[in-house]
Amino acid sequence: MHNFDFVKPSTIADAVKALTGDGAQALSGGQTLTPTMKQRLAAPTVLVSLTGIAEMKGVCMGDDGLSVGAATPHAVVAKEAAKQYPALAALAGGIGDPAVRNRGTIGGSLANNDPAACYPSAVLGSGATVVTNKRKIAADDYFQGMFSTALDEGEIITGVTFPVPEKAAYVKFNQPASRFALTGVFVAKFKGGVRVAVTGASNNGVFRWAEAEKALSANFAASALDGLTVSADDLIGDLHGTPAYRANLVKVLTKRAVEAAR
Amino acid sequence: MTKVTMTVNGKAVSGEVEGRTLLSAFLREGLGLTGTHVGCDTSQCGACVVHVDGKAVKSCTMFALDAAGSTVKTIEGMNNPDGSLGTLQQAFQNYHGLQCGFCTPGMVMSSAALLAENPKPTEAEVRHYLEGNICRCTGYHNIVKAVLAASGQDVPAVAAE
Amino acid sequence: MPKDYGIGASTKRREDIRFLSGLGNYTDDINVAGQSYAAFVRSTVAHGKIKKVATEAAKAMPGVLGVFTGEDFKDVGSNPAGWLIHSRDGSPMHEPKRPVLAYGKVRHVGDAYACVVAETLQQAKDAVQRIADESEIDELPAIVDMAQALANSANRVHDEMPGNQVFDWGWIEDNRAKTDEAFASAPHVTTLELVNNRLVPNAMEPRASIGEFNHGTGDWKLTTTSQNPHVTRILIAAFVLGIPENKLTVVAPDVGGGFGSKIYHYGEEATVLLAAKALRRPVKWVAERSESFMTDAHGRDHVTKIQLACDKQGNFIAFRTETMANVGAYLSNFAPVTPTFLHGTLMAGPYKVPNVYVNVKAVMTNTAPVDAYRGAGRPEATYSLERVIDKMCRELNLDPFEVRRKNFVTTDMFPYTTPVALVYDTGNYHATLDKAMELGDVAGFEKRRAESAKRGKLRGMGLSTWIEACGIAPSHLVGMLGSRVGLYDAATVRVNATGSISVMTGAHSHGQGHETVFAQIVADKLGIPDSSVEIVHGDTSKIPFGMGSYGSRSLAVCGSAMTRAVDKIIAKGKKIAAHMLEAAESDITFADGKFSVAGTDKAKTFGEIAFSAYVPHNYPLETLEPGLEETAFYDPANFTYPAGAYICEVEVDPDTGKVDICSFTCADDFGNVMNPMIVEGQVHGGVGQGIGQALLENTVYDENGQLLTGSYMDYAMPRADDVPFYTVDASCATPCTHNPLGVKGCGEAGAIGSPPAVVNAVIDALQRGGHKNVTHIDMPVSPARVWSAINA
Repeated sequence: MHNFDFVKPSTIADAVKALTGDGAQALSGGQTLTPTMKQRLAAPTVLVSLTGIAEMKGVCMGDDGLSVGAATPHAVVAKEAAKQYPALAALAGGIGDPAVRNRGTIGGSLANNDPAACYPSAVLGSGATVVTNKRKIAADDYFQGMFSTALDEGEIITGVTFPVPEKAAYVKFNQPASRFALTGVFVAKFKGGVRVAVTGASNNGVFRWAEAEKALSANFAASALDGLTVSADDLIGDLHGTPAYRANLVKVLTKRAVEAAR
Repeated sequence: MTKVTMTVNGKAVSGEVEGRTLLSAFLREGLGLTGTHVGCDTSQCGACVVHVDGKAVKSCTMFALDAAGSTVKTIEGMNNPDGSLGTLQQAFQNYHGLQCGFCTPGMVMSSAALLAENPKPTEAEVRHYLEGNICRCTGYHNIVKAVLAASGQDVPAVAAE
Repeated sequence: MPKDYGIGASTKRREDIRFLSGLGNYTDDINVAGQSYAAFVRSTVAHGKIKKVATEAAKAMPGVLGVFTGEDFKDVGSNPAGWLIHSRDGSPMHEPKRPVLAYGKVRHVGDAYACVVAETLQQAKDAVQRIADESEIDELPAIVDMAQALANSANRVHDEMPGNQVFDWGWIEDNRAKTDEAFASAPHVTTLELVNNRLVPNAMEPRASIGEFNHGTGDWKLTTTSQNPHVTRILIAAFVLGIPENKLTVVAPDVGGGFGSKIYHYGEEATVLLAAKALRRPVKWVAERSESFMTDAHGRDHVTKIQLACDKQGNFIAFRTETMANVGAYLSNFAPVTPTFLHGTLMAGPYKVPNVYVNVKAVMTNTAPVDAYRGAGRPEATYSLERVIDKMCRELNLDPFEVRRKNFVTTDMFPYTTPVALVYDTGNYHATLDKAMELGDVAGFEKRRAESAKRGKLRGMGLSTWIEACGIAPSHLVGMLGSRVGLYDAATVRVNATGSISVMTGAHSHGQGHETVFAQIVADKLGIPDSSVEIVHGDTSKIPFGMGSYGSRSLAVCGSAMTRAVDKIIAKGKKIAAHMLEAAESDITFADGKFSVAGTDKAKTFGEIAFSAYVPHNYPLETLEPGLEETAFYDPANFTYPAGAYICEVEVDPDTGKVDICSFTCADDFGNVMNPMIVEGQVHGGVGQGIGQALLENTVYDENGQLLTGSYMDYAMPRADDVPFYTVDASCATPCTHNPLGVKGCGEAGAIGSPPAVVNAVIDALQRGGHKNVTHIDMPVSPARVWSAINA
């Protein structure tokens, strides 16, 4: 690992300032970035830890929905969102393993936008709003493909606001080695319609399955998906599954998510 | 180099570290607490699990400076004050929950975190909670039994079950 | 009441106290005064010509003490193969040089061609990066696929070899014609082509070494992660460095698992020694996990076609196999024997089959070396046999339990000579099968299957009846078969003046619990408390000699040596007692820790005898030597033959292809059991690894020889929630007939017997679920593979 200066600001303003320098990078739990740095695939000269910023931590219910501070670890979301948004809490409680959940944060996960990460599906599936130090970004605008987001250089996610659906569930099928999502589907039923977001499956990162949303909005039952097929085009093919296999998982897991939704 | 101060196993400690110094390296090399092991470089194996402010974390995936001011507990802090094995450690010995011993410190620390959160876990809960700790020797059988036994639940004896 | 001490007791392990307290002493925990740190420059291409190794800039970097390249060690000796195999045509195998560091060419991803030693590890790694960035390696076409490697003799892993085939071995060549004839006239032939997937051993402790050289005495010292320090010492002293063995000490302290991968000598060990001498500083190296993936000797990697000839009732007539075995880019120390004599000799299984012929071609490729991994050759044999038998049962609509039963060697047939040259001394294969069927509740399967079906799951049951040859090995036999070493072992029993005992063993414990079990045995034999006995292992300066631990040999071979040494102690004790009690030596008996004059109440305790041995105030020195210490070397008369029956039940989710193991039952015959708790633990671990091979683990190189599964992100290790509680039993014991403890060995059993049980269960589930076209799925039977098979 290359060496760097480590800073741990206690306010968002100080963090933004620290991130303006050349080679500065945010660290928000570091469960992905640290291994990447060990491989020398990332080499920041200044590492700005965001986990000491109190105003970026915590889970609370507001008028727009459930707000989660960006530096809130997965384990805290799993516990504190359990009543207000059980599907989100269950998703957070299934990321990585317990030790990873105590360090990894929602902000870090969203900023990285790993195509197999769990959180992007909840954010997109809930139609959540990503709040940064500069603006609010709708989920539909935020995710821009594998490891790519709407964030500008130096922009920090400070929180995420989730509208809470009537019913929702996340069902994940583990990649057997990493236990990231080989495919994961988040289904959320709102008054105005159903959103279905899929992670792990596509070369373009998390995506919404429009046909399923339409079918489920008309009839929120697993059987509503029977006639649908998922195209394998542009789905990921790797050691752990072909595009066709992932296409099958998308449908199977969506059905299971519908059945599990509460 | 930067000075870092934290509390480890109840004692205030400090040392000079680089930005890139991992907590695991600070514990092992800075403090000589070699019970915490490093078994991989991708945060998967869990041999390095310690508690930071009461939570299990992978010390190979946390910078020492990020733990500044924290309270850290390692395997060396798990024994009773007289040096004898604590309840959970004793269950690992009683149920043969270790063989080569390399993953053991991380297993014990993760299991301790589980029992703190969930004092009477089911078998499935134990297995699920330990998914971030890899053991190559035991096939997990006796580890799971040890954790269940440590929680005060009835577990069949080790041999000739 | 179960026994709570001595032989047969489930004594708790004494080594656990230090491991559970964080006080283990693994190589990376050891820091030597003045030590420096080594890091290696490793090839990022699978095959390439080294044009330039750029060392100058690195040498000038902060903290760098020295840079060494393959050229620097060109004249140092080669890391040899420990076994010479002859091809079917009688020609000896090809043995290309395996250098300390690569020069001229790099031959696999991870092949080290330079080493940096610096004041700190980070400085060493910084300089490694610089060398890697500035060096020039011309990439050559990678040789990855075995069939292509054999077909294209122009593109070679080693330019000096005529092609990429190391040998083409037949076992037994004299059986070939007869076996072919049997096939030609057989009523039924089942053919199965399968892959025994390549595995990375993944001991949780990565390899590590510390090299030291004393310029005052000329003594070398290597502290290293080894299963067999004396073997490492011979390899380094005699073959690589060319120094006297008595100038090199090899210490293997606490070692965090081996599973075969730490048997072998690796170039990093020689490098840290050579660097330590050159730099006048101790040099420490610790592998990162990614280096373990790239450079630890891998396991398995066979591509096999097996055929079974039988009559319509399923009576076996013949087995015939053709196998390509990948040995990787260099011949590792035991690579030649693993796919040959540890594999072909087991190809009769526990069955009375008259004809067997095995052909194995060993192939070099631009991949990491492949060598023995838990089971080593025997899992490959068992998998091939048990899969093809299962397929035959399905083709002929026969019951797989009954087919095994009718083909087993029966108890009246021992000693039984197989057509592939082993002599099974004892066993009871029907007994272990019956026991497994009882414990696995085979009778209740249909009910469980129906219950699974209600939940939309396909349930299946798989059987594997396995045998292995272990307790490795009779030197006279292995010598005839090409071994360049003997495979005896040694132990010294030192009775100290106050009656405590130190036992120095050639076996090395890296998880097996020798410190506890060996003490139980010695204490039991001498009638003293276990706590009086200390086991010393892992240091060539402390122990007499020994070939180490692998091949389920520690107890059967080293334990026998130890038992013999104890017998010598008792014999000497009788001499001393005769002197002290003024009786004839022939009148002295020893029992329960007391030497007594037969028929009298005159006796001396073991402690009194020991004390007298060291305070010999009135010894008749012409006939009685002071001291009480004995050494024995033990060379086994035969292999040992543990065997057993494993039953696995699985549920398959037909929508996703995911396989869950519902239950796993083992009934084993390990002969006499010294510590049931530890034996069970060994079986659990082996089965866990076998389930890993069957369902999860795979090592994949792409067509350019890049390792796609180089971390735990892509190499699927079994986790706690991938496996069930196992049911294990070792009550059907037929004691080994030729070693003093009657023991057979249990370390590899689980890994040998389990993979075919799992795969047979998956195929059974799919067949019962109506997927009649699925007759085989290669391991790992991953969700994607199962789903693809049922949707093909």
